[in-house]
Amino acid sequence: MEIRAKGYLSPLSEKGKHSLLTYLKEWAYSTDAKRIGVMYLIFSIIMGAFGGLLSILIRLELMTAGPNIITDDNFYNALPGMHASAMIFFFIIPCFTGVGNFVIPVQIGAPDMAFPKLNLTAFWILPISALLTFAGFFFNSLPEYGWTAYPPLSTSVYSPIWGADLWVIGIILAGVSSTMAAINFLATVFNMRCRGMTLFQLPLFTWSVVITSFLILAATPVLSSAMIMLLLERVFPMTFHFFSPAGGGDPILYQHLFWFYSHPAVYIMILPGFGIISEVLPTFSRKHLFGYPLMVWSLVAISVLGFLVWAHHMFATGIAVQIRIGFMFLSMLIAIPTGIKIFSWLATIWGGSLRFDTPMLFGLGFLALFPIGGLSGVVVASVPVDIQLHDTYYVVAHIHYVLVAGSVMTIFAGIYYWFPKMTGRLYNEFWGKMHFWLTAIFINVTFFVQHYLGMKGMPRRYYDYDPQFELLNMVSSVGSVVLFAAQFIFVINAVYSAFKGKVAKANTWDDGVHLEWLIPSPPNHHNFEEPPVWDPIIRKHVSDDPAGGLWKQYGE
Amino acid sequence: MATHDATVAFPNTGEETLGVANGKLGMWTFLVMDAMTFAGFLAGYARLRWSAGSNWPMPLETFGPVGIQLTALNTFILICSSVSIVHVLAEQMRGNMVAARKWMAVTVVGGLIFLGIQGFEWTHLILDVFPGVVSNGLNPNFVGTFLGLTGFHGLHVSVGVIYNLILYLGIRNGKIRSEDTSIIEIAGLYWHFVDLVWILVFTFVYLI
Repeated sequence: MEIRAKGYLSPLSEKGKHSLLTYLKEWAYSTDAKRIGVMYLIFSIIMGAFGGLLSILIRLELMTAGPNIITDDNFYNALPGMHASAMIFFFIIPCFTGVGNFVIPVQIGAPDMAFPKLNLTAFWILPISALLTFAGFFFNSLPEYGWTAYPPLSTSVYSPIWGADLWVIGIILAGVSSTMAAINFLATVFNMRCRGMTLFQLPLFTWSVVITSFLILAATPVLSSAMIMLLLERVFPMTFHFFSPAGGGDPILYQHLFWFYSHPAVYIMILPGFGIISEVLPTFSRKHLFGYPLMVWSLVAISVLGFLVWAHHMFATGIAVQIRIGFMFLSMLIAIPTGIKIFSWLATIWGGSLRFDTPMLFGLGFLALFPIGGLSGVVVASVPVDIQLHDTYYVVAHIHYVLVAGSVMTIFAGIYYWFPKMTGRLYNEFWGKMHFWLTAIFINVTFFVQHYLGMKGMPRRYYDYDPQFELLNMVSSVGSVVLFAAQFIFVINAVYSAFKGKVAKANTWDDGVHLEWLIPSPPNHHNFEEPPVWDPIIRKHVSDDPAGGLWKQYGE
Repeated sequence: MATHDATVAFPNTGEETLGVANGKLGMWTFLVMDAMTFAGFLAGYARLRWSAGSNWPMPLETFGPVGIQLTALNTFILICSSVSIVHVLAEQMRGNMVAARKWMAVTVVGGLIFLGIQGFEWTHLILDVFPGVVSNGLNPNFVGTFLGLTGFHGLHVSVGVIYNLILYLGIRNGKIRSEDTSIIEIAGLYWHFVDLVWILVFTFVYLI
């Protein structure tokens, strides 16, 4: 068997050309950021399928009232937490890290990341941490406290199982991996830009990853310290009592530390997606991004505000009412920078000469559906409403509109957008569009009805529910199965096209302006033949554009 | 093509940079991360200690004046080893690698003395003092937070000692030369950070 591939995909040695094993080894040990990025993507898509499967088990169980496919209610109790851990820590976050690894060094005109070995280490920590996190599946000792792991439920008194200890260690390791990647991204973007690529010339995807890296840097270690405390308390219950009231500890302290990470984590999971949308929309509208400086500053504003709102997850814990009002106000304030972004995207496509390729469809789908999740966020940020809706399916609907109609749609937009760059081949457009329409429609079938279920009082995470909710649960379950099945269209399309698709040209979409579209598809190792020079483009506003410039040409 | 000054000084960087080596940027951002980890522990400590009815033991009574003086001495030793790593860099910049190596040995020994005294203190506290705290009905989190904070910091000192030892061997083998100042400077950043955090931990746990 002979391995024929171009660019960075080509075998590195003579032996690698003839032996698949050697070729795969070359991948596993490669410090090329593009290969690491692709490995991240493959790993996270596998984990995404795993997490999706768990959610299907949940939905099948909830299809009708009473026990259905799962007879062991303890197993059911573990599923929501395991689904969330898989999706958050091993699907969405690594997916963006993967896209970032592939795209960012190219966009800033660098040959590779600043610390290639650190990069490879960060990647290989992830499979190990995934094994630990989900070790409970192998020897039937799954933690049943959900992904939030609130003590005292998660202490060794109420969860006296090995799987829980390993879960905690796995989460700490996943945090270590993502901080390593964040350190790497920051050093890369701040120090390795090519000539002319000043900070306010950076493509918005690069900006979004920079901001996200700051968030990871400041938020993830707080989760690690909470998890280390929890682990100490679990392993040495006689000595450590940080969170158990019986020993003078404070369970609310855990919630503060946990949400100090986990609220910024929501932005860690959506800001790179915002960046991807800011790449996709201008390319397919054949216009420059509207309001570039404000797009950057609104990212900064979201990330700063994101650190000041964590207690809005704790309105029902009995914290002082003045504090709750403060957090409510700050939470609602986030709608302003987010609104700036939404309207700038609308202004970007306004008057553009639009092309409706699959990445653009996902971008527009995001633009249409994400605000539903954003606005239901404003609803639950309000203290009195939240006390009613807390821990109901309304929250489930909200978070899934943000993460599925938000993050996952942007991930698909990004993967379809850069797929020709990554593989050198075009995906199948018909099946891409099919994937989009099924996804966009069945996201709504699955999650929209959950708003109503939540308002009527159906609690989340429960094994059973009142029979009056049966019809809408049936709708949601059917939707989720179709939604899950539709994702395999993408998998098959991607795998088939990577080998058999039409060959893609360098500037696949004709209108890409950033550096990745100026080099061959797929790029070579070290990206550029010689150090590129970035010719600055107008980043400000239409009025600054000279006559005949890109703005004037297509805008107005 | 013409190269920017920064590219000459730090061959791994691009043309638009912040004017420092990649490694230094990496260490600074790592330290931000590490500082936030300690902030998580310290915030937990503060919340557990300064809440109504926490029944927290008085540090001065629990450790005793001699215990606090011993730890003050330990703090002094750690600060001294922070000074000595500055001497490593200074001697290296003068090109005197023999003196740099000796100062690095002083730094390593300073870290080891700190760990030794802390080990002695832990043994004493665990065997003689902490059982009393728990049996007197005082808040047992005094013990937990003490072990957590000083233990996590001690782990950092241990890592720093190993780090400095590797650099010591590097200087001895001639792998770190007088022009490789950024390697020593980056290690210095870490070591100063460990020192700085200790001053916070010492203040919170022993003095206040």
